[in-house]
Amino acid sequence: LSRPRVAIVGAGPAGAYAAGQLRASRVRPDVDIFERLPTPWGLLRAGVAPDHQEIKALAETFEAEVIGRGCRFFGGVEVGTDVSHDDLVRHYDAVVYAVGAMSDKSLGIPGEELPGSLAATDFVGWYNGHPDRRDLEVDLDVRRAVIIGNGNVAADVARILVKSVDDLARTDIADHALEALRESALEEVLVVGRRGAAQAAFTFAELHDLAHLEGVDCVVDPAEVSGAPEGSFTQRQNVRLLQEIARRERSGAARRLVLRFMRSPVSIDGDGRVESITLARNELVRDEQGMLRARSTDDTETIECGLVLRSVGYQAVPIPGVPFDERYHVLPNDKGRVAPGVYATGWIKRGPTGILGTNKRDSQETVDSIVEDLRTGAVPGRQTDDELPLDGFVSFDGWKRIDAAEVDAGAGERPRVKLTDVDELRSVALG
Amino acid sequence: MAYVIVGSCVKDDVCIEVCPADCIHPVPGAQDFETAEQLYIDPETCIDCDACVEACPVDAIYAPGEVPEKWAHFAEVNADFFAERSV
Repeated sequence: LSRPRVAIVGAGPAGAYAAGQLRASRVRPDVDIFERLPTPWGLLRAGVAPDHQEIKALAETFEAEVIGRGCRFFGGVEVGTDVSHDDLVRHYDAVVYAVGAMSDKSLGIPGEELPGSLAATDFVGWYNGHPDRRDLEVDLDVRRAVIIGNGNVAADVARILVKSVDDLARTDIADHALEALRESALEEVLVVGRRGAAQAAFTFAELHDLAHLEGVDCVVDPAEVSGAPEGSFTQRQNVRLLQEIARRERSGAARRLVLRFMRSPVSIDGDGRVESITLARNELVRDEQGMLRARSTDDTETIECGLVLRSVGYQAVPIPGVPFDERYHVLPNDKGRVAPGVYATGWIKRGPTGILGTNKRDSQETVDSIVEDLRTGAVPGRQTDDELPLDGFVSFDGWKRIDAAEVDAGAGERPRVKLTDVDELRSVALG
Repeated sequence: MAYVIVGSCVKDDVCIEVCPADCIHPVPGAQDFETAEQLYIDPETCIDCDACVEACPVDAIYAPGEVPEKWAHFAEVNADFFAERSV
């Protein structure tokens, strides 16, 4: 009997961890990874901020554990378009979805579709050189940007908008973003949280970064952070830091980063493009589960701005032919098992929570299920030993050529200069 | 002096696996593991062996005296985590 074959859909961190774990497992299946983009590692490449290069070193671990352990890569192959779910089920004993959460949550307020109102996740893809976002229209000839949300994507986006362009020029930020940021007229970035300072989802490390940017005044209203620190260690650290920021004297720096809490957006307004946003003051109420929730009051204020970035979470999209939980936006699963022979890991399994390493344990749970099912024969099994008829895809050898070309282009001054055009990526991959 | 985990930790828990002194917390399954934004080294029990530094995939762990300036405050953060945890 030949070795089991496993297909993984999505080469982001969850898929990469799963691939390496499968190859290190007792059944050691053949592992093929299908990825929509010509490049692997998902949000490690296209999500993690360019000024957080140290985190991108995780790619070396993936190179060793995925490529080094003999997995194959089919880059530029979209499941649902180039191959179907049924194709995968015919050719593989197990199919693992690790496709993440490719859409964003909307605010559901009037004016959200105006030019100048963007999803923060799209903006992240734009500055990180994601091929689908390179043509995003980002107009930074505005004086104030408003970011809705208090998580780490909001923190990343705020930092990139106000940070010194000379610092960013030493990173692998996309060239088009660097040019736009160089011409930026921004004087103020306002970051708005629905709930209070103690409930903000920033990590302390991110908040500390925001509070110590050179050439930027970080501003917090003392009245909004007067409560005693409570909650998790991070929440207590955050409140103490916010209180320290609130006591600071302003330096009069050219740029301000204002953190405002207990506000919800009501509408985005403008004639043909974003000109202002209206915020309502919130109160906190405890719901039936004991969670503190924001409830808007009639007390509103309108703030002039030319850019609104909503950063209220990622959201997964359904996969044709695979069950989908419309309420929680995940593939319904038990320890990663979606259906016989079909599995999930990462954000499409648990929802868009956790950080990079969270996927390691999440994928191990799914891999344990797959290994058990392969050993006990609890999978229907593939119907053919033939390979899927694919051509024109990017292999790991092709990715290594892309990687080398990008690093070369960095000329020792930058970690790499990213290629952002799919045709160019493919042609460099083919060598 | 003790080793320090800085803010670029991604909670890949390989350091916990290699630590001979069990001084890195919280461990997977602990009550505060999911809410922890990173892992921390207990300065009281760290034996300065370097095993975690070798293992860390994102170089987020530093020997005492080698912590880069931008992360300098994390020696205190690591200690604070354990000081507040035991309360």
